[in-house]
Amino acid sequence: MKELVVISGKGGSGKTSMVAALSQLANNPVLCDADVDAADLHLILSPNLKESHEFTAGHTASIDLEKCTRCGKCIELCRFDAISPDFVVDPLECEGCGVCYYFCEEGAVAFPENLSGHWYMSDCRFGPMVHAKLGIAEENSGKLVTVVRKEAAKIAESNGHEMVITDGPPGVGCPVIAAIGGASGVLIVTEPSLSGRHDMERVLELARHFSVPALLCINKYDLNESISEGIRKFAEQHNVPCVGQVPFDPAMTKSMVQAQTLFEYDPNAPACTAVREIWARLREEVV
Amino acid sequence: MIISVASGKGGTGKTTMATSLALSIDRARLADCDVEAPNSHLFLRPVFEPDDTITMPVPQVDEDECTLCGECAVICQFNAIVTIADTVMTFPELCHGCGGCQAACPAGAIEEGRRTIGTIQHGRCNGLDFVHGRIRIGEAMAPPLIRQIRSRINPDETAVIDAPPGTSCPVIAAIKDTDFVVLVTEPTPFGLNDLKLAVETVKILKIPSGLIINRSDIGDNKVAEYAAMEKIPILMEIPYNRQIAEAYSRGEPVVEAFPEWRERFEKLYADICNLVAGSKS
Repeated sequence: MKELVVISGKGGSGKTSMVAALSQLANNPVLCDADVDAADLHLILSPNLKESHEFTAGHTASIDLEKCTRCGKCIELCRFDAISPDFVVDPLECEGCGVCYYFCEEGAVAFPENLSGHWYMSDCRFGPMVHAKLGIAEENSGKLVTVVRKEAAKIAESNGHEMVITDGPPGVGCPVIAAIGGASGVLIVTEPSLSGRHDMERVLELARHFSVPALLCINKYDLNESISEGIRKFAEQHNVPCVGQVPFDPAMTKSMVQAQTLFEYDPNAPACTAVREIWARLREEVV
Repeated sequence: MIISVASGKGGTGKTTMATSLALSIDRARLADCDVEAPNSHLFLRPVFEPDDTITMPVPQVDEDECTLCGECAVICQFNAIVTIADTVMTFPELCHGCGGCQAACPAGAIEEGRRTIGTIQHGRCNGLDFVHGRIRIGEAMAPPLIRQIRSRINPDETAVIDAPPGTSCPVIAAIKDTDFVVLVTEPTPFGLNDLKLAVETVKILKIPSGLIINRSDIGDNKVAEYAAMEKIPILMEIPYNRQIAEAYSRGEPVVEAFPEWRERFEKLYADICNLVAGSKS
């Protein structure tokens, strides 16, 4: 079983549209949406929910003002300024470190586990799908990413699927680190802008840092051909296979508005040819 | 006044709006809090001062003093310190810097070390004060670095914050306690879905907000309908324009590539000031 994780550094470069299109080209894949903060893949794949699971992670303190003697030890020890002068914990500032809970001599601090979100097992028209929703303003997105990837891998292993295709989160921080560790390869979707290139270089460095093989593709390459050329040269110098480039094509957005993949919306769109070529190269490189 | 620019979905135009808004305000600061993928500097090209290295506290154990009682592992919620057989091990990258182990150690064997989480750079450009942070590649924890950037903003100045995408802890660290949030979206199913998440986030934080619909003609009308239902003012709508997209690709701020836009961004700032004044009265 292989796992391909699609990432970008910069948001909005076309990760999810690319994953949806690849889902259709792949032979019975397992789909995994690891952008648990702002999941969008379900908007195209319209999964039928089979199972919903609670995701609990981390703790948040709260102070029982009846038991509290206002000794002030918790305020003194809290490094996150999460406890107000009248001994109320701000759940948004609370890091869940438990220091107040541990040191309160009156036992006035409760420290329950958080319900941080949900994860789901579903079926969609291209195969099984594992996805999740992190609660608004919650922490522990990395842990939830780890959960969905593990569940997707389990399904693939037990049912003999050749590949898991994972839609990754933007950035290079906690959820991305959780999304790429141990993957067979990452596909970096970039765009020809100074921002796109800058963030691609950072996320490539991250893939190298965790020794995950990286492949690159350029979306909307004709928006600025000289930057695209620069990106291809950069990829060559750094031994990153550039597996293809997709022209700017309004069908990309229009298919999304119709909740369809690119191929469902218009199999003759210029972007389709490019995505087919990318898939052929990906199969060679990853499978 | 601090105005944050946020979005939920990435790539909707936060940096485009934040840089042009800041350039349209007399004597402002731009603080780029997207420490994972900072881009504002590519548009503003500030002259930077030397980097400040930003660190977080981590435990440093004196093994001669350690009695292997295991109390540090009991208090640590993040599995960043454990005792195994006859040794104590720390995992600095898992540490949240709460200081619990140090406070709990009965032998006084734990001192405070530091781990580098990133850098902060100050600079100036076109009369604008600029600050941004860059998380170290491989570092997972963005919020402490974002809080450090926030601490560099003088409460009396006008500042525009370029926030990271999403709805979790980095966004909270970037926009909490700001006076106004400009939500930037696009009229597509992804834009709408992630806008709803961003609106929920802003509600939890009780910050007044307004909406910019970027590439306003590429999708459908559902974002505008949602904004009307939620009574979120639409501050600006920008139709798709290939020339703006190309200027963006070259790192040119909209108000510099297209000076006729300056007036609209000045009006945007005036509208935000009015909405903030209205929300406080």
